[in-house]
Amino acid sequence: MIDTGDTAWVLVSAALVMLMTPGLALFYGGMVRAKSVLNMMMMSFVSLAVVGVLWVIYGFSLAFDNDAFGGLVGGVGKVGMHDVIGAVAGTIPLSAFAMFQLMFAIITAALLAGAVADRTRFWPWVLFLTLWATFVYFPVAHWTFAVDGVAAAHGGWIVNGIPSWGYRGALDFAGGTAVEINSGFSALALALVLGRRRGWPGEPMRPHNMPAVLLGAGLLWFGWFGFNAGSALSAGELAATAFTATMTASAAGVLAWLLTEQVTDGRPTTLGAASGAIAGLVGITPACGFVDPLGALLIGAVAGAVCALAVRLKFRFRFDDSLDVLALHGVAGLLGTLMIGLVATTRVNKAGGDGLFYGGGWSQLGVQAVAAFATLVYVFLATFVLAIVVKRIVGLRVDPETEADGIDEAEHAETAYDFSSLSGGSDRRERPRKPLQASAQASAGTEG
Amino acid sequence: MKLVTAVVKPFTLDDVKTALEQIGVLGMTVSEVQGHGRQKGHTEVYRGAEYRVDFVPKVRIEVLVDDTQVDKTVEAVLEASRTGKIGDGKVWVTPVDTVVRVRTGERGSDAL
Repeated sequence: MIDTGDTAWVLVSAALVMLMTPGLALFYGGMVRAKSVLNMMMMSFVSLAVVGVLWVIYGFSLAFDNDAFGGLVGGVGKVGMHDVIGAVAGTIPLSAFAMFQLMFAIITAALLAGAVADRTRFWPWVLFLTLWATFVYFPVAHWTFAVDGVAAAHGGWIVNGIPSWGYRGALDFAGGTAVEINSGFSALALALVLGRRRGWPGEPMRPHNMPAVLLGAGLLWFGWFGFNAGSALSAGELAATAFTATMTASAAGVLAWLLTEQVTDGRPTTLGAASGAIAGLVGITPACGFVDPLGALLIGAVAGAVCALAVRLKFRFRFDDSLDVLALHGVAGLLGTLMIGLVATTRVNKAGGDGLFYGGGWSQLGVQAVAAFATLVYVFLATFVLAIVVKRIVGLRVDPETEADGIDEAEHAETAYDFSSLSGGSDRRERPRKPLQASAQASAGTEG
Repeated sequence: MKLVTAVVKPFTLDDVKTALEQIGVLGMTVSEVQGHGRQKGHTEVYRGAEYRVDFVPKVRIEVLVDDTQVDKTVEAVLEASRTGKIGDGKVWVTPVDTVVRVRTGERGSDAL
């Protein structure tokens, strides 16, 4: 039976999550140098188009049809979103569920772009996105989001468990595994295959537009309420619980990051505030439907502080994950997924579990760890292989000259900021010119 | 005629401008530039990483003056821009063959 309140909330949530991708484009675009901001934003923005099309053709089916290929991925029974219109999932139309989930697929794919800033060719990137969505996102989304009996009878192993192996299924409310661990460790694989930017590290590559970064972070924060509270798939107590946890954790994330940064670097940066919010939001994503406000506070604070330190990893191990996709989404996603094993409580959600701090012992943590590490290993290896395939067949990187000059003009025939009147804009050639002779005589005349 | 060029710390620009106006300099050209002298830039820490900043932001002031004005002009710039710390910049003087005012076609000292 369709519930109109639930349906309205899920549709609004889908629109909120959609806004996260343009928000991410601003967040990422502001962080790169001025000469490659358009390419950066395009790599995120185009995910709306690429994944949006794939989803209808076969993406939704691979993610949400009945188990196939030994449970690795969904089947092909819903290809072309066959029979989706008119069907019902729980208390909402199946098409509302499909659109809500589509936005998750889009933002997750868009997140990867942060690892390969300043140096990726556009069309090969589109090819990579297509392959990555097909072989990495759709399968992992099936594991995590395809609950038995919602879109199809038999869903994925992370959320439903594997009874024959004695695995009871992990708690992941809004995608700590399928979205956050997935994007973080896929980004690492991609950065390793693509290689470092010329001049990195050492050359200053500071963000060129912090207001854009902060606006983008704000849009992500706003959209995340749809992401997390919408994952309740209903407009009731559970959505409100997730909303509360989301706000609490992100607030704690900002404070924790700024304080950590004050101690390590001596000053609280705007980029730190934006990153802290994202760290808190990522951390609470898997946990938001299973923890009380204090649990959310703890997860947000830990995520903010640990991620602020994790951004140093790339300098120590020399991989150019340019915009810290691993240090934010990978690390905070892992933290949030595991900390469910500590702070989850059935007082908040009866369908959840009790973590170590609430008398549940170590078992929930073990269940969470299996899901987290299985996801991590699969997405890292699969992305590594896909990136190498694309690199071998068409090449992923621009030539060194383009990289030095800036990728925007070479790949897109545009520059973001055309301030110079010498290149476009005002043209004063039409103004009448005075012959010098006449004006010299005129001035001589008045003086005489 | 001489061209006096000064590359100085950006925050001293207002003082230099006032000092030049006080000694009767009529026009000047100012541009934002980057560079380094013997101090060779510095390092900064940002988001957990140390960056080399090779080129430090400076302001370049260019003034065309009559030969009789050169010493006064250089003195005024030095006075106004000196902090006594590394990176104060430099002032140099170059000879100028001729100057033409575009609007009227006047040449030489008349065009200053």
